[in-house]
Amino acid sequence: MKLLTHNMLSSKCLKGVVTGYPLTIIAKDVKVSEVDFNQEFVSRVLPKLDWNVLWKAAERLGHVGELPQTLIENYENDPEFLKKVHHVLLEVEVINGELVCPETGRKFPITSGIPNMLLNDDEV
Amino acid sequence: MFSRTRPEHKAPPDLFYDEKEAQKYTGNSRMIEIQTQMCERAMELMLLPEDEPCFLLDLGCGSGLSGSVLEENGHYWVGVDISRAMLDVAQERETEGDLILGDLGDGLPFRAGAFDGAVSISALQWLCNADKVNHNPQKRLYKFFSSLFACLSRTARAVFQFYPENSKQVELITAQAMKAGFYGGIVIDYPNSTKAKKFFLVLMTGGSAPLPKALGVEESLPQTQAQFTSKREKFKKGNRKNVKSNKEWILEKIERRRKQGKPVREHLSKFTGRSRPTKF
Repeated sequence: MKLLTHNMLSSKCLKGVVTGYPLTIIAKDVKVSEVDFNQEFVSRVLPKLDWNVLWKAAERLGHVGELPQTLIENYENDPEFLKKVHHVLLEVEVINGELVCPETGRKFPITSGIPNMLLNDDEV
Repeated sequence: MFSRTRPEHKAPPDLFYDEKEAQKYTGNSRMIEIQTQMCERAMELMLLPEDEPCFLLDLGCGSGLSGSVLEENGHYWVGVDISRAMLDVAQERETEGDLILGDLGDGLPFRAGAFDGAVSISALQWLCNADKVNHNPQKRLYKFFSSLFACLSRTARAVFQFYPENSKQVELITAQAMKAGFYGGIVIDYPNSTKAKKFFLVLMTGGSAPLPKALGVEESLPQTQAQFTSKREKFKKGNRKNVKSNKEWILEKIERRRKQGKPVREHLSKFTGRSRPTKF
């Protein structure tokens, strides 16, 4: 699971959960792979992201690098910055671990890179 | 009552798509070709802004065949599917999209406004079945569509290719989609053909817009009156040649095949349907 996906995931489909965001990552294995850099995509997707959540998730996985805790202005014209964001968003992957719902503490296991978001019958 | 050929009648999707079934989606070139074609058509119906990389959702992504089409067009995607075996195949194929194991009928686990669009190839009909005692297709479809509406951005479109069993299923699906707030409707490609006929549900989030045109349908004004003719068809007997060898019949047949989406020769030669010279 990439951090871009994590930034969009929530557990609000659980019964009784209102926002269910952000999910806490407990990572056992983290893999870094190389993905082609697409500057346009990164600058287009940035306004949609929750920067705080991304920064905290990256820090938790130990890949935060030199990213600032608050989003800089005029990032569209800063390819160096966008490259760092790209690395965190698309190249860092959680292979094994867990996602934890912030409201109920329900754990969603991640096995070989695929988070299991299936719900039990009583949770729907 | 139930046809045996429809996979949704055999087993629930998480059990039906086991390792054996999933392998078909990597080995069977015909299956791959059909899936790819349908996804390309769905992309066309989605009307994404040109030359801009988008963040898309693939619902019922399976082995990621449709995802590969999205990648080729330069988009990034996240796939959701209920079958672990199919997702494993997708990983083997090294697709770039992120995969999530989840049941569409329980609602999508994403926050608001996350995606620029959604595609789904041959998945929606699975939601019309109640595979467990506590499943209610109507409720599950509503939950799915309302969570989808929430996680799409406001100009996004969602395009579903699906195989409805009967008109009631189409009605059930569209009613739930409209109830969740979507605009749109069904586009049927090649409606005159039994094989090439394809159903696409095109849903829009931001205001109603005209539905895209279906393939293989002729433009014609609806006729409200019978056409007046002063000529009387005379019944000619005895003067009948072989019907199939005349030019009109051949042209009509070509037209009929074109409507059904079957391959026809585009260029007609001047010799089409012409009688051969008489012998000495």
